[in-house]
Amino acid sequence: MELISQHAKKIMEGCKERAWQHGLRFQEESLEYIVTNRDLLELSPKNMIPTLYDYWVQDVEVLKEKGRYELYPGNPYETVINTRPAISFYNDNNPDWLNVMIFYHVIGHIDFFQNNLYFRHTWDYDFSSRALSDKRMIAKLRSEKGRWVDYVIEFARAIDNLVGYHQLLSRFSGLKNLQKKSRLDFYFDIFLQRNKKVSVASYVKEIERYNGLVKENPAEAEYRFIESVQTKNAEFESLYGKYAQGKKSGAGQDIFEFLMENSEFLNKENNRWMLMVMEAVRTTSLYFQPQIRTKILNEGWASYWHEELFFNDDRINGHEINFAIVNAKVTAMPRVGLNPYALGMRLFAYIEELANKGKISRAFQYLQDREMRQRFDDKAGSGRDLIFHVRENCSDSMFINSFLDQDFVDLHRLFVTGKRLNKERMTWQYYVKSRDAGEYKQMVLDSLYHPPSVEIATGEDNGLYLNHVFEGKPLVKDYIKGTLLGIEYLWGGPVFLDTSEAVLRNATLPAGSLQKAEKPPQEVEWRRMRYRMKDRTLSRKDIS
Amino acid sequence: MRMNRKHKELLARLQEEKLTPQQKQEIMEQLRLLEETRAEEPSETPFVAGVYDYHDLQLLHDGVVMRMAQSSTHSLDDLIARDGQREKDGFPRKIRIGKMIKPSQSGAEKVVVVPTTVEEKLLHDSISVEEEEEGGEGGSGEGEEGEVIGEQPIRQEQGGEGGSGQGEGGTHETDTNAYDMGRILTEQFHLPNLKEKGKKRSLTRYSYDLTDRNRGFGQILDKKATLRRIIETNIGLGRITAGQSVRPEELLISPADRIYKILSREKDYESQAVVFFVRDYSGSMHGNPTELVVTQHVLIYSWLIYQYENQVETRFVLHDTEAKEVEDFHTYYNLKVAGGTQVASAYRLVNDIVEQESLERDYNIYVFHGTDGDDWDTSGKETLPQLEKMLEYANRIGITIAENGYGISGGSEVEKYLKKSGLLEDKKDLLRLDVMQKDSDEPRLIEGIRKLTS
Repeated sequence: MELISQHAKKIMEGCKERAWQHGLRFQEESLEYIVTNRDLLELSPKNMIPTLYDYWVQDVEVLKEKGRYELYPGNPYETVINTRPAISFYNDNNPDWLNVMIFYHVIGHIDFFQNNLYFRHTWDYDFSSRALSDKRMIAKLRSEKGRWVDYVIEFARAIDNLVGYHQLLSRFSGLKNLQKKSRLDFYFDIFLQRNKKVSVASYVKEIERYNGLVKENPAEAEYRFIESVQTKNAEFESLYGKYAQGKKSGAGQDIFEFLMENSEFLNKENNRWMLMVMEAVRTTSLYFQPQIRTKILNEGWASYWHEELFFNDDRINGHEINFAIVNAKVTAMPRVGLNPYALGMRLFAYIEELANKGKISRAFQYLQDREMRQRFDDKAGSGRDLIFHVRENCSDSMFINSFLDQDFVDLHRLFVTGKRLNKERMTWQYYVKSRDAGEYKQMVLDSLYHPPSVEIATGEDNGLYLNHVFEGKPLVKDYIKGTLLGIEYLWGGPVFLDTSEAVLRNATLPAGSLQKAEKPPQEVEWRRMRYRMKDRTLSRKDIS
Repeated sequence: MRMNRKHKELLARLQEEKLTPQQKQEIMEQLRLLEETRAEEPSETPFVAGVYDYHDLQLLHDGVVMRMAQSSTHSLDDLIARDGQREKDGFPRKIRIGKMIKPSQSGAEKVVVVPTTVEEKLLHDSISVEEEEEGGEGGSGEGEEGEVIGEQPIRQEQGGEGGSGQGEGGTHETDTNAYDMGRILTEQFHLPNLKEKGKKRSLTRYSYDLTDRNRGFGQILDKKATLRRIIETNIGLGRITAGQSVRPEELLISPADRIYKILSREKDYESQAVVFFVRDYSGSMHGNPTELVVTQHVLIYSWLIYQYENQVETRFVLHDTEAKEVEDFHTYYNLKVAGGTQVASAYRLVNDIVEQESLERDYNIYVFHGTDGDDWDTSGKETLPQLEKMLEYANRIGITIAENGYGISGGSEVEKYLKKSGLLEDKKDLLRLDVMQKDSDEPRLIEGIRKLTS
């Protein structure tokens, strides 16, 4: 890997100037490297981070089933990484106009990395140096502990998709709701609503009573109010105690933090080095989390800007046709498939136009008349403001959910594709399944990254209880064993996992008839299963 | 029920033999399925790029060939050694070697097997339980709802099984081929070496061909090579300089510049072993049994390739009620039908091939048969004579029964009649049987191979 030539660098500095003029905001410094295919071979398993720690699985062909992205939130083929300064990669012998185009795309990404709030936790440090120190730490440990370091990496990576990414973000946003509530908040938020289930009227009455006390004596109001609550409700204090206890054991912590704090095994003198390894894996995973949650936005944003900025760049006149060829490849809507670059870019352009005409407003939404809706234009001109607001505050799911509507689907003639087997012609047939915006939106949302949510608690006999919150999808059964094995090792005691599994029941068939090779009409029934991993053996029982 | 004539005849014949009501019901059920899905279906649905399949390097850096890491720092031996150590430390093995990354139709003989692993995590399973057809993807352009916008032949030129994932479609170059696999299997998993058998003989022959090059003298002047040589010499002498036109008449020609093709002796190797892979592809094999059988067959194939130092020929036979030979591993792997099962048909076909091509004379013959144990010929009345005939020439017949889980374990027809026939005892060194559950894992498969081949 070597730095790009001074000639190209100079052009790129010019690109930055132009981008700043258009309102993009990002750090001044950036690093550009020339990479060969061989470099890429080494970089891609490390998610393009040159300083990422070594791990043997990176050297093996990893099975990549459909949906492998669920396993690896980092995109292995990103052309720019979110470091300080941001690092981007280029082919040797690119012509200038192509470098300019790519660099504008890169600038879009850098701007996104450094302004989108989902990346908030990556703003205050340089990941590549952090990764480098982790890499050295792991290398040093490996020289002392040998293969056990790799086991710990393996087991930590087995849970690295369960990191508390949103919990981490909420700490930045200053929300305290994940922390322990005060007695007063507990009384109004939980006790009255969940335990007492009081009517709205009496809830309001209680608020008024409290407000009355505050008016009388602001200093002592809370104390006196709680006192009266305690005398009226004998169980209040014990419930609050239980709640506070519950908060301590796990809630608000992700599985890494929980294990690192509570595992007796990990906190033994001899094993404390494992905590460092786990922390390195956790940090790495947290660093990658926002990227996969903003794929459509990030690529859409970068594509929007590389086009916008390229055409406004006077230095490269005459290369419009070359540009158009590459650009079309990047941003064409495929006949079948979902191109995040194309979708994101079009959606940005679409909402910009809406906002320019003032269509993102109540006045417009109240309009029923089709003709008037079409002609609506109050010359608001707030399009740029809106897209900058979206790039700052949205994730993919919010973006799609908020802005993808029927007009957009019609405008770009989008549809949901269905696929079926035609046995006579021996072909897979693709057909237009639906042009309904609701269904299209659902299809996009369904294809977005969504790791399972797992609650943690401890139980008797030093058991660790994991509760998979069921959201309509089962877990991949084959992977449960390996994952729990790792958690058991890190926890040092038996591990239990509650999850839901589908049991197919043959509907309405006469009993006793053995149906071979047959798919009778089946009913799905979700049953709660409890897996137990103890002494490296897995067992399962039905607990529903 | 519509039924083709052949099946009707077969059924009539079977009925004469007093089927139990249960057997009859099973057969009728399979026939019904057969009618429904006569088409041969691939086990994989085609790949459509989704949100996370697009990335910058592919789109922006045009033409960059992407390959995932294939070990430069760790050799296969290292990995296997590491895996062995894992087992000693009490963790399950993690390297899987039985997975085919890309058995392409073009490279039929080169079954590429690569060490693979998977990082296990708690993940949502994307397979919906109740759906009938594939869930939707995105799309754009013309077309009414319901209109078919395109179709794709079921068997693609480049079917990616197990998927190399990135959808680049390029060939997957790996150093680890089946030969290496075989070596690893033999050495690390302690699979037996083949014993020298009477029939194993070297069929090395020589032929003469104009392939060697010689400077100065020889039979035929290789003009192109000579010209190249002359230019080299003249560059060396400084008579040709870059950027200036060459004047041929001024070039010097040394006698040693003349390059000739000469006759040379070439070793011709003949295959020493021919392996028949026979697979039941009836409806009841769907899913795991197929996967198991095919994976095991790849491993066996690798092992034999190593044992015979690449001199192995393979033949692939599929059967349901009828048997047919298919030409490559890809087809062998991917085809499935929902039909009935007649083992005899396959054995008969193997016997015919051996007889017609007189394979017996020159080859060691191995037959490996994978099935779920179903057979409409419940008593083995037709199968057993064919099997006995096969035993006359084969070096080894290995039958794998991957139970489909519908019936009782150990109660499949094939298993029953084989045991009853006593052949397993009488011809112990020629005929082997391995029965496994449908959820067996790779170590179990390798264990099975040991059983079949030792």
